Amino acid sequence: MSTKRLPHVHVELALHTLRDAAGPPLLLLHGLGEHSPAEVPTEAQAWPGPVHALDFTGHGESSIPDGGGYTAELLMGDAAAALEYLGPATLLGRGLGAYIALLLSGARPEKVRGVVLCDGLGLAGGGREPGSLSVVFPNPVGVVPPDPFALAELARDVRPPDYATAFVRQATQLSGLDQPITVACMDRPEWLEAVAQEPGVAEATAGEALATYAKLARPT
Amino acid sequence: MSHGLALAVSEWGAETAQPILFAHGGFDFSGTYDRFAPLLADAGYRVVCWDQRGHGDSAHAALYSWDSDVRDMLAVLDSIGPEPIPLLGHSKGGGIAIHLIQAVPHRISRFVNIDGIPSQKNPPDVADHDRTKLLATELTDWLDHRVRAGTKVRRADTIDGLAKRRQKMNPRLSLDWLRYLVTVGARHDEDGWRWKIDPALRLGGFGPWRAVWSLRRMVAMPVPMLAILGLKEEPMGWGTTGELASQFLPRDAKLLTFEDTGHFVHIEQPERVAAAVLEYLS
Repeated sequence: MSTKRLPHVHVELALHTLRDAAGPPLLLLHGLGEHSPAEVPTEAQAWPGPVHALDFTGHGESSIPDGGGYTAELLMGDAAAALEYLGPATLLGRGLGAYIALLLSGARPEKVRGVVLCDGLGLAGGGREPGSLSVVFPNPVGVVPPDPFALAELARDVRPPDYATAFVRQATQLSGLDQPITVACMDRPEWLEAVAQEPGVAEATAGEALATYAKLARPT
Repeated sequence: MSHGLALAVSEWGAETAQPILFAHGGFDFSGTYDRFAPLLADAGYRVVCWDQRGHGDSAHAALYSWDSDVRDMLAVLDSIGPEPIPLLGHSKGGGIAIHLIQAVPHRISRFVNIDGIPSQKNPPDVADHDRTKLLATELTDWLDHRVRAGTKVRRADTIDGLAKRRQKMNPRLSLDWLRYLVTVGARHDEDGWRWKIDPALRLGGFGPWRAVWSLRRMVAMPVPMLAILGLKEEPMGWGTTGELASQFLPRDAKLLTFEDTGHFVHIEQPERVAAAVLEYLS
């Protein structure tokens, strides 16, 4: 495994290469509070190209900023920075990483060659509307990742279903793929239930979805 | 300090006077109160204002969010003391204050909101397909901006040049005032003046947040509120009308509208706003 340090705005992101190979790249996005795996996970073993994994801001080997301020949109920026470096790639996201992968498929439709949404931590977020307001005041103990601010803030990050589906529509209209999004989750928080109902969204196991996306012709 | 992030705090008035916390608007800084705050200080208040993260003399943060601004605000409030005090917020400062008050209502005695009531600014009715394209452009611009933001440096200019650029966003404010703001909100480098604000910050943006969430809950705020609106629409304002605001004001709140005044009500009409605020607080 090798690791590339990507400077991104005021943080440094760790982008790991779990397997180097020729062929289309696969990028793994971890769940809330997790970090990139050390080895290619089972469901991605058959992937025909290189397999990379990104540590989000405040997680794994990426830097921990002072004073929190996490949003899913800022993490989407992290993943976009990874694609800026890797070029077009297929995304496999777990939990929080699945939601981020979905956002990015809509925001960078020309660079995302299919996304697979998998169960994992932080999938639900804070639901469709904010709950009663409070000030998030975690008590960070030392500076060991994951950043307690990330855990607290991203667990209540609001995810309205019609916001999620706006990204789906972008992906389906602008990616040029018939089914740019595949849902492989058991858990179905409201945003994901709405996503799964949209035209252009497939349902399959992660392994099947990756096999389909592996066959896509790479963009020229 | 707010959780490791250094915030610059300014004060006007006697140290022992009754404190009042001010919150500035987005892309502003404490210095934007340099004309208005002394009027309250002269009337016996200790005015405290912090530069929001990434703004003015406060540290540039890696991450910016509404929640983190609310948290920074509470850190400043804690630095003043545990007693409830009045809070005045302009524009975004008023918006985050609405959130703070809901989270810790016991910390605020009275609330003055100057043109800081959010309003829905949906693009006019467009076909779904066109709406998708609008969002696509916004997302692309934002992501492109973040890719460049780490190495971006604001353009250096003369005091006059920066003031004139700012006037495009603040068309109703005098060049003299804007020139003064440059000397506070910009720093003098060898090649000229640059705004201190973090180049990673950007006006506008997108996200799941909806004004109606704030509005519906504003109704229930248990703190006496004076709402001041400038009715002339401006690029940095939220276009909130008296009609909209009055639908969502908490019980017994007072609404004052200034007809021929823009978003920076307290800069255009400092004496009138100060008089209204002092009367409300007394």
